[in-house]
Amino acid sequence: MSSKRPKSKEASKIKGKGHPDYIFPLVLTSATQELFGCQADEDVTGENPYKLLKKEDIIKDMKTRASVSDFSPVKQLVLDYPEDELLLVFDRDFTYGQSFYLVLTVEAKENILKLRYKISPLQRRCGAPVCFSDRSAQDGKEGFVECPSYQDKSFSIREMEKHTAIQASSDTKNSSTQTLWKHPKNIWTQYEPREFSLEEKEHHLRSKNLKNFITSVLIRFEISLQQNYITDVFCDDWTALCEDEGALTGKTETQLKEYQSFMDLHFSKEKTISHVHWHPTISGVIAVAMTERLSLEERIDNSTKLLLNPSYILFWNFTDPINPQLQLECPDDVLCFQFCPSDPNIIAGGCMNGQIVLWDISAHVERLQDTRSGGKNISNKLDKNETPVVRYCAVSGIENGHKAPITDIQWLPETFELGSSGEYSPLKFSLRDNTVDCPSGDKPLQNAEREEGCGFAQLRVPSAKQQKPMENISTKLYVGTEDGELVYTDWKMEKDNDSGRLLKVEFLECFLSGTKPIHRFLVHDTLVNTVTRSPFFKDIILTVGSFSFAIWKEGVTNGPILMSAFSRTMRTVGHWSLSRPAVFFIGKEDGSIEIWDLLQNTHEPSQSQNISSAAITCIRTSCISSKQHLLAVSDRLGTLHILQIPWTLRRSSNSEELVMPLKQEEELEAEALKEYEQFLALEKDILKNMGLLNETEDSSDM
Amino acid sequence: MFCSSLLFCSCYSVQAEVEDTLKRIQGINGVIGTIVVNAEGIPIKTTLDNSTTVQYAGLLHQLTMKARSTVRDIDPQNDLTFLRIRSKKHEIMVSTDKEYLLIVIQNPTE
Repeated sequence: MSSKRPKSKEASKIKGKGHPDYIFPLVLTSATQELFGCQADEDVTGENPYKLLKKEDIIKDMKTRASVSDFSPVKQLVLDYPEDELLLVFDRDFTYGQSFYLVLTVEAKENILKLRYKISPLQRRCGAPVCFSDRSAQDGKEGFVECPSYQDKSFSIREMEKHTAIQASSDTKNSSTQTLWKHPKNIWTQYEPREFSLEEKEHHLRSKNLKNFITSVLIRFEISLQQNYITDVFCDDWTALCEDEGALTGKTETQLKEYQSFMDLHFSKEKTISHVHWHPTISGVIAVAMTERLSLEERIDNSTKLLLNPSYILFWNFTDPINPQLQLECPDDVLCFQFCPSDPNIIAGGCMNGQIVLWDISAHVERLQDTRSGGKNISNKLDKNETPVVRYCAVSGIENGHKAPITDIQWLPETFELGSSGEYSPLKFSLRDNTVDCPSGDKPLQNAEREEGCGFAQLRVPSAKQQKPMENISTKLYVGTEDGELVYTDWKMEKDNDSGRLLKVEFLECFLSGTKPIHRFLVHDTLVNTVTRSPFFKDIILTVGSFSFAIWKEGVTNGPILMSAFSRTMRTVGHWSLSRPAVFFIGKEDGSIEIWDLLQNTHEPSQSQNISSAAITCIRTSCISSKQHLLAVSDRLGTLHILQIPWTLRRSSNSEELVMPLKQEEELEAEALKEYEQFLALEKDILKNMGLLNETEDSSDM
Repeated sequence: MFCSSLLFCSCYSVQAEVEDTLKRIQGINGVIGTIVVNAEGIPIKTTLDNSTTVQYAGLLHQLTMKARSTVRDIDPQNDLTFLRIRSKKHEIMVSTDKEYLLIVIQNPTE
C-alpha cells in the first residue's frame, strides 16, 4: 500500500507554506478525537488515516465550544465547504506539521479517496486460472435469457373502421283510420243492350267489308255444317251399343221363382180357383174365388150336397200363409169378381146361377191392413184361427137376373142414369156364358161411382133424372164368345129400344140379333177365355183361345196383327205383363206358364216354366215394389202360387215402348203385303182360267 | 241522278248478296240461327228473336276475343280463324275478322 501523493504544483506549495491550500493541518484534542471518532492510532491509523467528518457535526462543535473548538481556525473554510462530508487525514508523520489535517476541497478529497478503490480488484483477478465447462440452457433460471413478445404500445393501431353485417327488420306499426259510416241504401241499375237502329243496320249490311267478310268465311261454315250433318263425331258408338245400363250386372235368373203358395185346408178341398184378384190398395193381399171342381152332371147329382157347402171368396195375406184373412160368403159359386176401382171395399161378383153379388168389407179392412204390418192387434179382437165371414150385402134377384152363369164382370168408370121405371139395372157389365171377358172400351175417368143392384138401396142412390149421354167417349168394346169369335161392337145404343134402357140384361140378345156389330172375327176354335188390353197400348188386345192366341189392334179390321201357332196343350189363360210392353204370360192346361217376349220371338215363347201339376186357371200380376213383381197363378187344384218375376222380365229396356209400335207396323205391313200378294195370285189364276194372259188388258179391266 | 241510281244499285246488290249468302247458310240442314255481329258485339242481322240474339252476341263476342287473344299470346303472328263450340244439344260456330263476327248455331244430330 502506497498512497501516492499527487504530483502537482500543490506539492511544491507545500514547501512554501508547509502545506498546500487545500490542506489545513489541525490539532485535535483527545476530546475532539473522541467526539468525532478519530482517535489517533485507534480509529485512524497509518494504514487507514482517512476519516470523513460531517460538516454539520463540525459546525455544531464549533457552536458548542466556540472558540475552544479545535476547528475554529477553519470555521470559515468549513462553512464554505460545498459538500456534507470533509475528509480528515491522520498525519502520523507530521507531514504538515500537525497530527491531522483537513482536506478542504472536494476534488482533493476525491483524488485521495478514489485512487485507493480502483486498484484493489485488479490485483486480485489478474493471472488467476480459469476453467471452462458446458452448461445447458435449461439448467437454471439464469441459463437463458428470454425475450418474450410484449405489446408495444407505441405500435398499437386503433381500428377506425369496422365491417359489420346488419339486417333491417321492419317494425310493426299500428295505425288506424276513421271512416265515414254512411247508412246503407239500395242502388240498382237498369240496363239494356246496345242495339243498332235500322239505318245503321242497313248501312252495315251495305258495306263492302261485310260482304267480303261473309264471302270469305262462308266456305268454312259450309264445310263444318256439312260435316256435322253427315256424321256425329262425338257420339260414342261403343257405349251406345248397350241398351240398358243394368244389363251388364249379370243377373242370370230368368225363371219365375216361387215366392209363396196358399192352400187352404179347410175350404179348398176339392175346390178349384176360378178367379184371382189382387187387392188394389193393400199390398200383399189377394182375393181368391173358390168354386167346386165338378162338371155339370156332377153338379146336378150333388146339388143337395152343394147347398150345404157354401162357396167362398178367400182373402189371403202374405204374412199368414195358412189362414185366410177374410171370407166372403157367396150364394153360389162365384166365377168372376172385381174390386170397385173407386172404393176397394166394394166387391162385385158374378155367380154361376146368374146372380150378381156385392160385398162390403169396409168393416174388415183394418184387419187386412193390420195383418199386413204385423198382426198383433187382431189377437185382441178375434181368435186367430177363426176367419171372419162376411155376408154379401146385395144380390140381384134370380128372376130378373141373368139366366146363365156369369163369366165376367167389369166395373164401368162412369155413372149412367137409367130406368125411368125406377128399376135400376146394374151398371156392371155382366154377360152371360156365351160371352167372355169384355173390357170396357171407355176412356177411364177419375171417379167411378157405382150403382146399386135392385132390391138393396143402401148405397149411393142416384137421382131420378135422365142424364145426357156423353158424346165423346169411345164406347166400343171387344167381346169374346164361346164359339171362338171376337166381336167388336158399340154398347152405347140409340134410344131406339123400347124402354130406353142403355144397359140391359137382354142387351146381348138384341145385340146379337138386332144391332149389327162392327166387326166379327172368328179366329179361335173354341171358346175365347181371355180378352185383355195391353196396359201400355190402349189399342192392343190379346185374346187367348184354347189352342192359340192372337193380338189385335183396334182399328185394324182385317184380322189380328199377330196370330200364334197352335200349341199342343190347351192354353187356358193369358195376361199382359205390367212392366214390359212386349211380354205376356200364357197359362196352359198342363200347369206351365209360357212367357212370350214379342221383341225376341214371335213364333215361340221365350220361356216356359212348369208351376203346378194342374191346369192354370188364372194369372194376375202385381207390383209390390219396384224390386218385386209378383205373379199370382191359380190352378185347378185350388192352390194359389205366388211367383216372383225375375229381373229380366221386369225391367223393360228403353226402346221397348218405342219398338212395339214399330213391330205392330211391321206386322201390319206384312199383313198388307201378304194380302196384296194373295190378290195378285188370285188375279193370275182367274186370268189363266179365262185364257187371257195379257196383263195390260187385265189392269184396264180391273 | 244516273250516278246516284247506279250507286244505289251497287249498294243494293251488295246488300242482296249478303242476304243471299246468309240465307244460304240458314238453309243448310240443321242450322237453327245465324247472327251477324259487329266488332263491339252489337248484332247487325239475325234470324233469331231479339233477346236470344243479344245474349248470343254478347257472350260469344267476349269468348271470341278471349280465344283470339289466347292464340295470339302463344304466337303473335298467328290469328284466330274459326271457333267451334260443341255442346250436348248444339254446335255453335263463330268466325271473325277485324270488323265483324258471324255466328251460326246448328243442331248436329237430327
